[in-house]
Amino acid sequence: MALDRKVAIVNLSTGKIDIKPISLEVRKKFLGGRGLAAYLLYKYVKPGCDPMGPDNAVIFSAGILGGTLASAGSRTDVMCKNPLTGLLGSGNMGGFFAPELRFAGFDHIVVLGKAPKPVYIWVNDGVVEIRDAKNLWGKSVTEAQWAVREELGDPDIKCAVCGPAAEKGVRYANVMTGIKNSNGRGGGGSVMGSKNLKMVAARGTMDIKIAHPMEALEFDKRYIEQITSAKVNQTMGALGTPFIWGATNSWGGLRTNNFQYNQLLYCDEIEPESIDEWSKKSVGEYNMTACFGCQVHCRAKYKIPDTPLARKFGVVGNYDEGPEYTSQGAFCCEPGCTRLDTLLICNHLVDQYGVDNLEIGHMIAWAMELYEEGILTNKDTGGLELRFGNDEALIEMIHQICNRSTPLGNILAEGGIRAAEKIGKNSIKYLVHVKGMGNLHSDERATPGLALNIAVASRGSDHLRSRPAIDLYHLPVDVLRKIYSSPVPYDGPLSSDHTEYIGKPWQVYWHENCYMAVDCLGTCKYHTTFLGATLPNFEDWSKVLYYNTGLEMSPKDIWDVAERCNIVERLFNIREGMKKDDPYKGEILVDRYFNEPARRGAPDVVGKTIDRQKFIEMRAEFYKYRGCDEDGVPKPETLKRLGLENIDKEPSLV
Amino acid sequence: MEPKVLVINHEKCTGCRRCELVCSVYHEGVSNPSKARIKVEKWEWEGLYIPMTCRQCIDAPCMNVCPVKAIYRNEEEGRVHVDHDICIGCRSCVAVCPFGAMNFNPSEKRVFKCDLCSGEPQCVRFCDMKAVDFVTPSKESLIKKRNAAKKIADAKKLATTMSYEA
Repeated sequence: MALDRKVAIVNLSTGKIDIKPISLEVRKKFLGGRGLAAYLLYKYVKPGCDPMGPDNAVIFSAGILGGTLASAGSRTDVMCKNPLTGLLGSGNMGGFFAPELRFAGFDHIVVLGKAPKPVYIWVNDGVVEIRDAKNLWGKSVTEAQWAVREELGDPDIKCAVCGPAAEKGVRYANVMTGIKNSNGRGGGGSVMGSKNLKMVAARGTMDIKIAHPMEALEFDKRYIEQITSAKVNQTMGALGTPFIWGATNSWGGLRTNNFQYNQLLYCDEIEPESIDEWSKKSVGEYNMTACFGCQVHCRAKYKIPDTPLARKFGVVGNYDEGPEYTSQGAFCCEPGCTRLDTLLICNHLVDQYGVDNLEIGHMIAWAMELYEEGILTNKDTGGLELRFGNDEALIEMIHQICNRSTPLGNILAEGGIRAAEKIGKNSIKYLVHVKGMGNLHSDERATPGLALNIAVASRGSDHLRSRPAIDLYHLPVDVLRKIYSSPVPYDGPLSSDHTEYIGKPWQVYWHENCYMAVDCLGTCKYHTTFLGATLPNFEDWSKVLYYNTGLEMSPKDIWDVAERCNIVERLFNIREGMKKDDPYKGEILVDRYFNEPARRGAPDVVGKTIDRQKFIEMRAEFYKYRGCDEDGVPKPETLKRLGLENIDKEPSLV
Repeated sequence: MEPKVLVINHEKCTGCRRCELVCSVYHEGVSNPSKARIKVEKWEWEGLYIPMTCRQCIDAPCMNVCPVKAIYRNEEEGRVHVDHDICIGCRSCVAVCPFGAMNFNPSEKRVFKCDLCSGEPQCVRFCDMKAVDFVTPSKESLIKKRNAAKKIADAKKLATTMSYEA
């Protein structure tokens, strides 16, 4: 059944492999996926360890609904101590790896130690082995996957793989699967590289018993209709995530030229409709592709056009998928570039190198601002004109960083904080980050709720951990009340105005639990209250969970699991040195958010900054809802309520 | 009435494999693509996904090769059927099927194939794109004719517009 999948603890130093069951008690406490992974991380990572050393762990996880009928049970979570931030590193990707891992009998692969030479882990129908990766090491993300299929003689093998960037020790390398599904932001790829682990390859033919198959099918039909009938998902299914970029750019919510502006001008070529037009022209009328079991199909396919730039970098006609709106952010607005071929080339390069698009785009945009400010000179860049809007320089820097082939590339591969220390000259002033992780490409100066979200996100500046994105829709207060008063009551203030500060802490808190629950289930965030107000959440999950797994959990039970797992992530961060006002490891925004008014966009955006005092008050209110003291540390009674009071002392439950 | 068949338009397929999922749950009560009657074959590096399943052949090789006549054609429903009471498990049918549509379940030691879910194929029901559809064969060729003609019509329309511009 769906609950009988196991955990494999693989020690690459000793070659020892332990296979452990997951008890029902643990399921009810953590469900699976990211939640249980957070617990495993807390228990298996040596406190204070070097993230690039053998004492770190990298954990590959499928959610409890992975591979079941639940729509898009496709998500793979990868956790580790992040080499970029020294705090929680966690990424989440779609594709086909997690279901295959479950068909092979496992929910979690915990990798410890360090292999003396490159290896990969082969998971096949209940058996786990460590194999020599000499034929795979050095290969690009896709080449390595096709090579392992060749080696093992099975075209249906699915891989969680790292690319050349990880092998070279870039601190923000991804775990990848398929063509472009990226487990970003968490540094999981970097940790794989440090452990000499090229990939986890999975193939399985084991049953996942569905508890109530016919009821599950019927419920699922309605559940999918609820998901696909949402306008936002229909748009996503036609244009992909670029539609979000298009909408937020015309409003003025995108970090442009690092952080100098908040809207990219003259960018017709990279608007969603233009990308869609090229995608259809290059691959045909039906140009969208999907993750496992998903009917939203939000990812476009494309081939790189024949342009002078593509010819120069030798990528004409190469196939890829996307670009997602994060690539538009990283390679268009942040570095101030407006060309479609640049976007498609950069997106392809990061997919092949296996590096985080947001982080690398942010690093290059930051370096561009430093260059224009005279902090970096031609001497530092090797003569490269690292100016905003220089497409060639942008592409060149991706190569230099991923290969660590030049002094500047080598410095930028270390991530913002370390690079700022090396560059000096007040370069840190220009860096836009939270907890040492570069902010994504959105500009939150006009949206206090979203600003609070990136400040408290457990893995560093991030939109996928607690963003109350529907805040931008100006929904009537009674609709907000309906959403945010379930499954636990809330009678505090709520506001339809996204420029307000009231009510936002509760929204951020509610979404943090909502997204944690989705990540425990292992389904997609586009299938919950993220971008659409009518999409499923706790109420519906209780039923999906029951029909598919037989587990009886009320909406409130699932909420409690999410609370527990969020607290475990917070405990991990505190253990590894997070302090609320620490400029490098804290839950605070950089000064630019408070001091530099937004300069472009709609009237509700122009001139906006975040009010520091009100921001601090919002954060304090958020801590209160989270059951934390004023420093953001969970109170003893919170730990007791969630059954976590002995987490440090007890032996690992798995 | 002319019985319906499964018609696959691989260009529409997004590669999500929900068809495999619902097929195995409907028939076996388990989620397990290796027990599905339909399988999406993929060429990921080209973005090509091709769902493969039984064509319910008129002159079916599986039926012809069966030494005990366990396989027969139900003309009314338009499907090729395996009678498991007669089947001896020799797997000759697996060997001769040109599409790989006859499968073998090693744990239950028996062959299995698409049975069109007794008239309401779940793969079709759950495929939003209708990359797998359930239509009468003659209708299929009519649709194809219309689509091919549309391309000629579009070209013609474009040519007319251009001549006006000139």
